[in-house]
Amino acid sequence: MTALWSALERLPWSIAIREGSYLFPTIETVHVLAITLLVGTITIVDLRLLGLTDSGKSLRALSAQILPFTWGSFCVATISGALMFASRATVYAGTAPFQAKMGVLLAAGANMLLFQVILFRDVAQWDRLAPPPRAKLAGALSLGFWIAVVVLGRWTGFVMS
Amino acid sequence: MALDFVAPLATWLAATPLSALIGEVAWIVPAVQSLHILAISVVVAGVFLIDLRLLGAFGESDGIAAYTRRYLPWVWWALAVLLVTGAIMIVSEPVRALRNTTFVVKMVLIVVAVTLTGATQRPLKADPDFWRDHKTRARALALASLTVWVAVIACGRWIAYTQDPGA
Ligand code: HEM
Ligand code: HEM
Repeated sequence: MTALWSALERLPWSIAIREGSYLFPTIETVHVLAITLLVGTITIVDLRLLGLTDSGKSLRALSAQILPFTWGSFCVATISGALMFASRATVYAGTAPFQAKMGVLLAAGANMLLFQVILFRDVAQWDRLAPPPRAKLAGALSLGFWIAVVVLGRWTGFVMS
Repeated sequence: MALDFVAPLATWLAATPLSALIGEVAWIVPAVQSLHILAISVVVAGVFLIDLRLLGAFGESDGIAAYTRRYLPWVWWALAVLLVTGAIMIVSEPVRALRNTTFVVKMVLIVVAVTLTGATQRPLKADPDFWRDHKTRARALALASLTVWVAVIACGRWIAYTQDPGA
């Protein structure tokens, strides 16, 4: 893996991000914009899954409106995050918060996919009712995972400097 | 520089026991910054959905008042959390923020952004369909609000990169 990370660091754009004064902060700003939209939108769906909010909309209508923004910002967060990572790949890959962040990120992504594939199969039966326990579990896990990703992401910055 | 008048305040704050305490307990600042980001998430999602509705992106089946009722209470509470967490960060390292032009710009932009979002909410009290009947103004307001909120976030992130070397 180390060979891969140092190869990443030697790519022309990795060097540009590492050595320029404005590129890294600009990409970081894009990352922050994307993750806040991602976490904020998924939270709306999670709270609804937990039965803590009642938007007056069915769960399907709410998800259809909101989840495209969640997925879109997820893509932007991943690309901007990967660009920052590539600029100092060997260092990031060696820090505990970054490693943990990638692990929890995988769990959060898997939960999001499982939610859309499995939970939504019979959603028509409880769309407008109180969500069943497995929906509440998915909502709680999602909230916990995303909060952890934010904390670990911010923490990475502290072990880098 | 331009912000020299706050220098005594920054110096005084930096010498308080509270500032020392926050500096000594290593997890406080990362935790508070994480809370700051989580609260920004609430503001961003709420403002984004309301402004897209104002721009006409979601059709007319739910009125604009339904969106402001659904999301704005969360946005106002999150702003209170931002004020508190932001203040804790200032106490921990006063010079870093108070003698920083980007920080001052951010504070001014927050006032503008809150005013724009407040201006979206206000006319709906008397007439929930107000914006349906004033579409051009609704669009202009939504574009201005999105722009200014994004600028607030950019300024927040750039405080760290625009330190006054003389401060
Ligand atoms: C998709 C969900 C993600 C979330 C919620 C997230 C969250 C965060 C947060 C909160 C920060 C701190 C931002 C700041 O204060 O400047 C951050 C920074 C960062 N993230 Fe992410 N991130 C995500 C995805 C990724 C991915 C996929 C990668 C890499 C492959 C990545 C790499 C980074 C890097 C390198 C930093 C900069 C750390 C530093 O040096 O300060 N992120 N992320
Ligand atoms: C209302 C009072 C607020 C105060 C006093 C405040 C203060 C601060 C301070 C001191 C920092 C740390 C900067 C640094 O040391 O690098 C910060 C970071 C930040 N603030 Fe605020 N803030 C406030 C509200 C807001 C709002 C409303 C937003 C956006 C909606 C915002 C967005 C940000 C962002 C994006 C960061 C960078 C966070 C990071 O990536 O770690 N702040 N703020």
